[in-house]
Amino acid sequence: MTAVAQPLPAARRPKRMTPARWGLYAFIFITALYFLLPLYVMVVTSLKPMAEIRQGNLLALPVAPSIDAWVKAWTSACTGLTCQGIKIGFLNSLRILVPSVVISILVGSLTGYALSLWRVRGANILFGTMMVVAFIPYQVFIYPLVRVFSFTGLGQSLSTIVIIHTIFGLPTMTLLFRNYFASLPVELFKAARVDGAGFYQIYALIMMPMAIPMIVVAVILQTTGIWNDFILGLVFAGRDNLPMTVQLNNIVNSTQGERAYNVDMAATLLTALLPLAVYFGSGRWFVRGIAAGAVKG
Amino acid sequence: MQKSNVDIRSLQIGFGGLKVLENLDLHVGASEFLVLLGPSGCGKSTLLNAIAGLIDVRGGEIHVGGRDVTWAEPKDRGIAMVFQSYALYPRMSVRRNMSFGLTVAGTPRDEIERRVGEAAQMLRLTSLLDRRPSELSGGQRQRVAIGRALVRHAGVYLFDEPLSNLDAQLRAELRVEIKRLHARLGATMIYVTHDQIEALTLADRIAVMQGGVIQQLDTPKKIYREPVNRFVASFVGSPAMNFIPGQLARGSEVAFIAGVNRVSLNGYAFRSQPTDAPAVLGIRPEHIELTASNDPSAVSARVEMVEPMGADTLIWCRLADSTAFSFRHDADAQVRVGDTLNVRFPAEALSLFDETSGQRL
Ligand SMILES: Nc1ncnc2c1ncn2[C@@H]1O[C@H](COP(=O)(O)OP(=O)(O)OP(=O)(O)O)[C@@H](O)[C@H]1O
Ligand SMILES: [Mg+2]
Repeated sequence: MTAVAQPLPAARRPKRMTPARWGLYAFIFITALYFLLPLYVMVVTSLKPMAEIRQGNLLALPVAPSIDAWVKAWTSACTGLTCQGIKIGFLNSLRILVPSVVISILVGSLTGYALSLWRVRGANILFGTMMVVAFIPYQVFIYPLVRVFSFTGLGQSLSTIVIIHTIFGLPTMTLLFRNYFASLPVELFKAARVDGAGFYQIYALIMMPMAIPMIVVAVILQTTGIWNDFILGLVFAGRDNLPMTVQLNNIVNSTQGERAYNVDMAATLLTALLPLAVYFGSGRWFVRGIAAGAVKG
Repeated sequence: MQKSNVDIRSLQIGFGGLKVLENLDLHVGASEFLVLLGPSGCGKSTLLNAIAGLIDVRGGEIHVGGRDVTWAEPKDRGIAMVFQSYALYPRMSVRRNMSFGLTVAGTPRDEIERRVGEAAQMLRLTSLLDRRPSELSGGQRQRVAIGRALVRHAGVYLFDEPLSNLDAQLRAELRVEIKRLHARLGATMIYVTHDQIEALTLADRIAVMQGGVIQQLDTPKKIYREPVNRFVASFVGSPAMNFIPGQLARGSEVAFIAGVNRVSLNGYAFRSQPTDAPAVLGIRPEHIELTASNDPSAVSARVEMVEPMGADTLIWCRLADSTAFSFRHDADAQVRVGDTLNVRFPAEALSLFDETSGQRL
């Protein structure tokens, strides 16, 4: 009975593909398919001429791909009475988006910074309640706000919609920044005070540079939220400033004669382009920002 | 560089219903190195923050360099502060960290450069000036934090446990560095710690605090040799002072009686006329001496444990009445557990405390 030296099983690298792994991959694959299939159909349809679409082969690749539908959607599709394509809406949305995002983040971070210095007992409960308030459906506020704005004389305008987006973004933005700033050591603030920096200097020179991951998160949240907004834009922006989502709806729902599926698809994809770009461009930052907030970056 | 004195008069500070400091008086002379020593939560940081102007006071006055600064902004008090958590600005280089305060104050650029260069050289940071705090070791970070205070050319430097986040070796290194800095600048320094070694090595004077009250304010030697009460006696010194309960007895000479043992107090400097009352005898482990059994003042004790500590050995013994005490002996002591030793408590090295009040007798 001689003991033969056996390599210990634990020393070997575990097999990579266990059944659980297979299950995981299958799940991921199916989920991806579920979300990608509609996108695929949209892209394919937008590249087909109407003749091809009429044949009804939803999943087939285009035989003669063309970007005519994209050009039409961008420049000459009818959004109601005018027929200048969705580019008007795109520009409107940009004009709403940029000031709304910048102002809501500036105001939100400043109030968040101020509130982070206010360390009373029960503060977390108070801010938790604020978060709940942020989830009250917009519809509740619309009528009173319309009255308020017509009373102030602002009525429906670009300024109105920017103010509206800033107000509705405020609870989330404030909490995002408050929680981040409250997680920083108080001594940092004290050190800056001994160094002679005032309230706004500390905010601009010390707090905001540290909050860059949070700013990225805020930009993503606000950009997608404001870009995707429909009802607020419809109610508050005014005729000349209707955002892209409203114009898309007009294109899709106000066809005379045969429905131009390829143009509809192209217009929809064009509308979704910006949030998609933001996501793909900043996914890494988004994850880093959330993680940084969680572990006291 | 100017050196300011600090004068604190009946200072009161509280948070809500909690009174942290009440009628605290403290005078720190110019160029003095004062250490605030005390257990956690006794109000050391609170006092330091009040001097810096980072918390509001409820009453009393704070004077720095002869000026009443009780309600002045931190930057206008002529102070600089070093924090426990370094509190470096993470997005700025070491250079920017050190120059930030001067930039905010609108100091001319060449003056800023000169001061930062000078401080960096003093603290051996010159090669690190362009790094971010995250690229530095703990010791380097704390040196940057000290540098940031130095460039302010303040009259008083405040340190709030600057070394407590560092490992023992770095702590010893930086301790020496701070001491050297004080000698070189001759600046007034107020230094908070709960590390008694730091307190004893650095301080000109130590203020031992407990529960928001300064228990004793004296030179390290005085604090160590003549603690005013049992709290100070037990808080300062490691290994800790031994306490033996017993009774004072006046006869031909005053003596301390603990069970069958009698310790002569001939040579002890009583603060007031002794009475025949219960008392506690305190003696530091290094003051207990071995002696011969025929010595009339010998006390016999049984060895329970022997702790070699490198340079010397700590021997734990028990008296006949089962009171335990420890004493230091040379490392080459031939002592074994179970041995019976004869030791002597020299009267000059003793501290006697009232049993109830704990005050020194
Ligand atoms: N902002 C605050 N609000 C309420 N109570 C506080 C506040 N800061 C300190 N305290 C209380 O004041 C007392 C003294 O605190 P302080 O920070 O001065 O202690 P410390 O001596 O510095 O202790 P440590 O050695 O742990 O730093 C403690 O009881 C603490 O709980
Ligand atoms: Mg403290």
